[in-house]
Amino acid sequence: MTEIVPGASFTEDGIADGEAALPRTQRRMAPIVPAQNVAGRALISVIAIMTFLSCLTLGAVTLVRDTAAVWESQISREATIQIKPAEGLDMEAALEKAAEVASGFPGITGARIVDREATARLLEPWLGAGLNIDELPVPRLVIVTINEAYPPNFGRLRAAIAAEVPQATLDDHRTWVDRLVTMARTTVTIGIAALALMLTATVLSVVFATRGAMAGNGHIIEVLHFVGAEARFIAKEFRRHFLSTGMKGAAAGGIAAIVVFVVVSFWSARNLATPEADQATALFGNFAIGASGYAGVALIVLLVGVLTAATSHMTVVAYLTDIETRQTD
Amino acid sequence: MIRFENVGLRYGMGAEILRDLSFEIPARSFQFLSGPSGAGKTSLLRLLFLSLKPTRGLISVFGKDRSRISRRELPYIRRRIGVVFQDFRLLDHMTTYENVALPLRVRGRDEASYKNDVTELLKWVGLGERMHVLPPVLSGGEKQRAAIARALIEQPEILLADEPTGNVDPPLARRLLRLFIELNRLGTAVVIATHDLGLMEQVDARRMILSGGRLDIYD
Repeated sequence: MTEIVPGASFTEDGIADGEAALPRTQRRMAPIVPAQNVAGRALISVIAIMTFLSCLTLGAVTLVRDTAAVWESQISREATIQIKPAEGLDMEAALEKAAEVASGFPGITGARIVDREATARLLEPWLGAGLNIDELPVPRLVIVTINEAYPPNFGRLRAAIAAEVPQATLDDHRTWVDRLVTMARTTVTIGIAALALMLTATVLSVVFATRGAMAGNGHIIEVLHFVGAEARFIAKEFRRHFLSTGMKGAAAGGIAAIVVFVVVSFWSARNLATPEADQATALFGNFAIGASGYAGVALIVLLVGVLTAATSHMTVVAYLTDIETRQTD
Repeated sequence: MIRFENVGLRYGMGAEILRDLSFEIPARSFQFLSGPSGAGKTSLLRLLFLSLKPTRGLISVFGKDRSRISRRELPYIRRRIGVVFQDFRLLDHMTTYENVALPLRVRGRDEASYKNDVTELLKWVGLGERMHVLPPVLSGGEKQRAAIARALIEQPEILLADEPTGNVDPPLARRLLRLFIELNRLGTAVVIATHDLGLMEQVDARRMILSGGRLDIYD
């Protein structure tokens, strides 16, 4: 304006001031989208809480999935040959024979006979100490270790053992493993369903909370629009603001969830020797969610941040379209 | 500069509130737009400012047919039209200076390139000392002048002002009027919507009177 109003001033009318008081220090320009207000802070809280809950659910699902995989592999690592006593059977020779047949079979890494003392110890809770195992027709066991990468053909192994030792039966724990696998898969499926619901709830609450926070900014969008701002400029300003808001909330929730995992993991490690912790460890491993769990947390944080920004972007675009097309209604 | 041919406007299914408006706003012209309350002054200003589309008729702005202006082009045309809203529409979280600089800022200009212009303009409208104050602290008259300064900062070819003296006392209204006249003298076409007869009597200018949806022009 300086060029077009050279020296023009309304001093003669009494409007114009004398010397303008300039600020002593240059302040930064206020952001186009105002910093936090009540709705903005509420949005951060909602995002933080929902992210925290989502991350906890994700951690729990990761934990159950890992534990289920461990159960499955530990059980399927071994099989048992059981030899029932029979008239005229030389039990020791039969055990040796069965172990020999099994260990020579492809896919088997070793066979170990459960000796008389160990068998006696196994039966001790029921039959008491000082048991003479020869006085009773007690079945004996050979534990076969399986190569997990190349498991044997259990049908052929069963046939081979039965051919040499008719009293022997092979238990590959299939029934037990199948049950466990089914249970583990069911648990993981339920967990994933819970995670899906949790993420859906997070998405919806983030979307609605963002729209709520945006509602108070309608007049800003309108003013920017009327002073000639391009739609993409307005959208960019809001997107940037809400991406930062979303990331703040999501990071707070994600960090809180990680702290919970670390504390629980630390607690379970410290109490490793106690019966309660042993029980928990037997069920859930050592409570560590592992790298994939932490990557999942980071992914959720990122997703929530992007979602917040995308929602604000879409709200701005919808608002501008409304202003443009708001016709004589 | 802006030309209306048989323009009509209705809201929804209601009756036409503007009927068969045909007029032109020439460059460097000065006119008052008047009429009783509810006559459609603000609606006509919104048509001039391209924030409403006519129900019928032809509007051409800077030689372009309104109906052929795309949404992408609209911001560039708006920058050639300055608007002073009746309710000012200043952003409360920005200082007077920042509000006035907003049209330049949204164009992506660097502050250093317009700082002096904004400061000069604020002094020109008498807000030099209120530059770093937030709008809630400003008086009605000061807000009015800040809104005028914001409309002028881009040196628009036409200035539309909706009741610019509605919130100020008569002496200040006279000063604001002189400001508009000075601006017009410097080459900007001015349209002032007002129902203040006293204000109109002070200047011998074109009068556009809206009544019953029709427009009468007294040159």
